Amino acid sequence: MAIKVLHHGLSTTVQDLGRPGYFHLGIPIGGAMDRLAMRAANLLVGNEENAAGLEAVFMGPKMEFTKDALVAVTGADMPAKVDGVAQPGWTAFAVKAGQTLTFDFLKSGARIYIAIAGGIDVPVALGSRSTYPIGALGGFKGRALAAGDELPLGTANAGIAGRTVPEALRRMPGNPAELRVLPGLYWDRLTDDAKESFFADAWKVAPEADRMGYRFRGGRKLSFIDRTQPFGAGSDPSNIVDSCYPYGSIQVPGGTEPIILHRDAVSGGGYFMMGTVISADMDLIGQLQPHTPTRFIKVTMEEALEARTERAKLIAAIRQSLS
Amino acid sequence: MQSRYTFGGDEHLFVECSDEMSLDAFFKSLSMAKGVRDSAIKGVTEICPANASFQIKFNPDIIKPDDILKEVKAIEGAAEKAEPVLKTRIVEIPVFYNDPWTHETLMRFRERHQEPSGTDLDYAARINDFASVDDFVTAHSGSPWFVSMVGFVAGLPFMYQMVERQRQIEVPKYLRPRTDTPRLTVGHGGCFGCIYSVRGAGGYQMFGITPMPIFDPTQTTSYLRDFMVFFRPGDIVKFKPIDRDAYDQAVEDVDKGAFYPPIREVTFDLRAFQKNIAGTNANLEGMLNGH
Repeated sequence: MAIKVLHHGLSTTVQDLGRPGYFHLGIPIGGAMDRLAMRAANLLVGNEENAAGLEAVFMGPKMEFTKDALVAVTGADMPAKVDGVAQPGWTAFAVKAGQTLTFDFLKSGARIYIAIAGGIDVPVALGSRSTYPIGALGGFKGRALAAGDELPLGTANAGIAGRTVPEALRRMPGNPAELRVLPGLYWDRLTDDAKESFFADAWKVAPEADRMGYRFRGGRKLSFIDRTQPFGAGSDPSNIVDSCYPYGSIQVPGGTEPIILHRDAVSGGGYFMMGTVISADMDLIGQLQPHTPTRFIKVTMEEALEARTERAKLIAAIRQSLS
Repeated sequence: MQSRYTFGGDEHLFVECSDEMSLDAFFKSLSMAKGVRDSAIKGVTEICPANASFQIKFNPDIIKPDDILKEVKAIEGAAEKAEPVLKTRIVEIPVFYNDPWTHETLMRFRERHQEPSGTDLDYAARINDFASVDDFVTAHSGSPWFVSMVGFVAGLPFMYQMVERQRQIEVPKYLRPRTDTPRLTVGHGGCFGCIYSVRGAGGYQMFGITPMPIFDPTQTTSYLRDFMVFFRPGDIVKFKPIDRDAYDQAVEDVDKGAFYPPIREVTFDLRAFQKNIAGTNANLEGMLNGH
């Protein structure tokens, strides 16, 4: 055993880049909410980008190392400390056997990614080490970490302490956050006023925001075009015959509070969706704290694909800088 | 039945075969989803069939959205001509209706319900014009159900009862979803029945509970050793009402690895069913009982 968990933080889970291929059975892709940060953390310590690390939200864990290791922490600004000595973020640092890793208070963002050379060596479940807590699947015994857990590490490649991701290549959401949305799905169920107000209004992240979905408040209630509800849908105008939910899709139960589905999303259900956050902006959502002001920006498919290309270039630049 | 195509962001194509539920829409959706799988379109990473629609996840770095749209539209015609015949299986699921665990839960969340003074069963029986809860249970367990979608959470089946539309049970979902539902609760929302595969949030009305696990990530349950998820779209389910003693016995059998649900391979032809619903269902039940 290489790491002893002394305190679990708020909720710390084992995550990699996810478990594609089982959404048709209701098992979501999972994996890091902020995949760019997860990839960067792995690259910093010499791991494969898909190696398993830890995702901690709002509050870091406290962990004792039982052997020497190379560690990197990326994502939110929550400084790591080794035996009380602060370590730079987005930078590889050495931890010696017997030393303890702790974290300072969160300054910005929401989630940190802790990569350790060799990766967390929990068993692979359906092709991934990511934790899916509702299904008690993957990760460390299918659940978030708890004090007393002992995490095994894989075999480390050669890594160098001090390597860092240049600041220009780190990405976090702004304040207000801006999330680009491609309208679609059941968009045409909304009235013209609702289509306009959704993008015009200032929304805020609600307290109910987790790996399954992020809820938003503060904008005007959305109104629907009148119709007779189709058989099997349910009587509320926001109801549909239960269908699949795309990752990033925005459902608005009752027309009141938009919910963006994220990595641990339910795979389907009976609420209409008005559009989908583009793939390039999904990582940003996982770094939003409750109450963060957020604007939704309407984009076309062409703009979504351009943004995706930009995102891919950014990740390539991170790889380049660490190669 | 013309399908509606729309994109879910830059990674999903969403195809709605019909905006209302019917077995025709379900068969078309399943047939199109199968057509997409068989045609092995490059860049497709997931195909998720649903009740009357389906979703494809694709990698736009490999295939452009417009190109996948063209390829899937080309499949629609062939899917419409496909014979609505399914080689599938029928399984008997025991249900302890009006059980103490869902009862405790529905009382705990009563203020979120349309009818706080009664139970979910009372409410569903009344708004569907049944004289009593017993009559309602007889209807619920009296005809088989199609598994028209698997999802929401791991392995949860959405089920559509195989009866004339005017006999279909329809109930609204809770006014506000519950934060808790017992594992293996048999529920109903809109026109769909379901079995909650894991404990968690839920908005469907709760009618009973089955002792038979349908999702087991440890794969130690006797009939889930090959795969952790029991249901597949197209499965046919027949509920069998059981009492407390039979429920306790079944739970014990599951724990001992000695529980095996009755399952039979069957062929289902939608056209034959639509011509003679009662006769088709009687045949299916006969096969389940080994006739």
